[in-house]
Amino acid sequence: MNAGLQIDAQGRLVHLLSTEGLPAEMIRHILDTAAQFVSVNEREVKKVPLLRGKSIFNVFFENSTRTRTTFEIAAKRLSADVINLAIGSSSTAKGETLLDTVWNLQAMDADMFVVRHAEAGAPHLIARHVKPGVHVVNAGDGRHAHPTQGLLDMYTIRHYKKDFSGLAVAIVGDVMHSRVARSQIHALKALGVPEVRVVGPKTLLPREVERLGVRVCHDVAEGLRDCDVVITLRLQNERMSGPLLPSAGEFNKTYGLTPEKLALAKPDAIVMHPGPINRGVEIDSGVADGAHSVIMPQVTFGIAVRMAVMAILAGHA
Amino acid sequence: MTAPLPDPERLLEALAQTMKPAVGPDTGLVGIYTGGAWVAERLHRALGLATPLGLLAVTLHRDDFSRIGLHPEARRSQLPFSVEGRDIVLVDDVLHTGRTVRAALNELWDFGRPRRVRLAVLADRGGRELPFAADFAGATVDVEPGEELVLTNEGGRLRLAAVKRPQ
Repeated sequence: MNAGLQIDAQGRLVHLLSTEGLPAEMIRHILDTAAQFVSVNEREVKKVPLLRGKSIFNVFFENSTRTRTTFEIAAKRLSADVINLAIGSSSTAKGETLLDTVWNLQAMDADMFVVRHAEAGAPHLIARHVKPGVHVVNAGDGRHAHPTQGLLDMYTIRHYKKDFSGLAVAIVGDVMHSRVARSQIHALKALGVPEVRVVGPKTLLPREVERLGVRVCHDVAEGLRDCDVVITLRLQNERMSGPLLPSAGEFNKTYGLTPEKLALAKPDAIVMHPGPINRGVEIDSGVADGAHSVIMPQVTFGIAVRMAVMAILAGHA
Repeated sequence: MTAPLPDPERLLEALAQTMKPAVGPDTGLVGIYTGGAWVAERLHRALGLATPLGLLAVTLHRDDFSRIGLHPEARRSQLPFSVEGRDIVLVDDVLHTGRTVRAALNELWDFGRPRRVRLAVLADRGGRELPFAADFAGATVDVEPGEELVLTNEGGRLRLAAVKRPQ
């Protein structure tokens, strides 16, 4: 579904829609490029002129403050002009279709669309209908994918663990509804991580998730034992009570990452979370703010990774 | 037929000689990757400068980005001193169009505002496309228009070569 659309015949990235089907060498290319931008972000002047004169439209059909902000900062540090549109509150409310919205923006000479949509596949639909030379970045579509989050997580893991080849990574919580988890799993497998575990109750793990090459653990102790990386996932508010879970408190007792549970992982394990965190639900404050937590560095690296993706896309317009 | 290319070791000596009276302990020597960094390292040692050596990667400021895209660059700019108000000497191996110098100045300004910037190059081959001139040059070298003058480093041994430019 992605391969032909996001990589062209010359092996270049034209859209970033999913980490699924993204070759390991392309992922490494993105991470290596991001490393350059990490150093730019540490300077006095945090700006380079690579995307000067390019217009990037952040088109968010679903609310998000942080992801939109990091994309905006990333584009601005590349000197692009950034236009933010929260579509939920404008055109579609007047009945305009998704593609009509995009075509209108394209007529304003957009060079790139950063798209978030509640429907899986919306960014793919847009990618199929934009002019050649216009790029689409998926900033999260339904339960499907959130590739820049997956890539910034890979950057973070590589930063702390150097090498993917001997790692055990545990992804804990609501994998079922998580586009982040799916993007992480595809990227981790592509990069050759030998052991990826998904840890959670049956009701929050997708059926047949094993087929992605992961180990399923309903027992949290089994899932966390001796792992190098613990990724906790956000438990969406609307799922905290309902048919899938008895309560948020119950979830916290069994699967929430507490210092005691974290002690099962390796002594130098890192703890990640895509944010925003629910303290006392999927992660305790003692862990989120503790010595193993790399949650804030994830945010910082996220800017550099998004800069890398946009610079690579625009580099062969 | 052009004259044989000079030996970079000789040029380094000559360059260090001319620069010696013009630099002081506060002068910041900044080499441009890759060749300029080799030259700057050697000059820094020869001149015995107190300020540590700076290195500059200019890929993010190149003006051919939209044509050739971005190649991941393992090398980063490292300026182990404050650029603000400092006397800087930029060092490159070969001065040709001047575009690298333009990019290097932009990169340098991202770290601060120097008091003065001068340019030292091992070899000036002419062919400028921008209004730059070297303050210090090891030699002026004649190269055919279709050729690139390149500096190579084999285990610390520097050599100049003229190679046909890929079309």
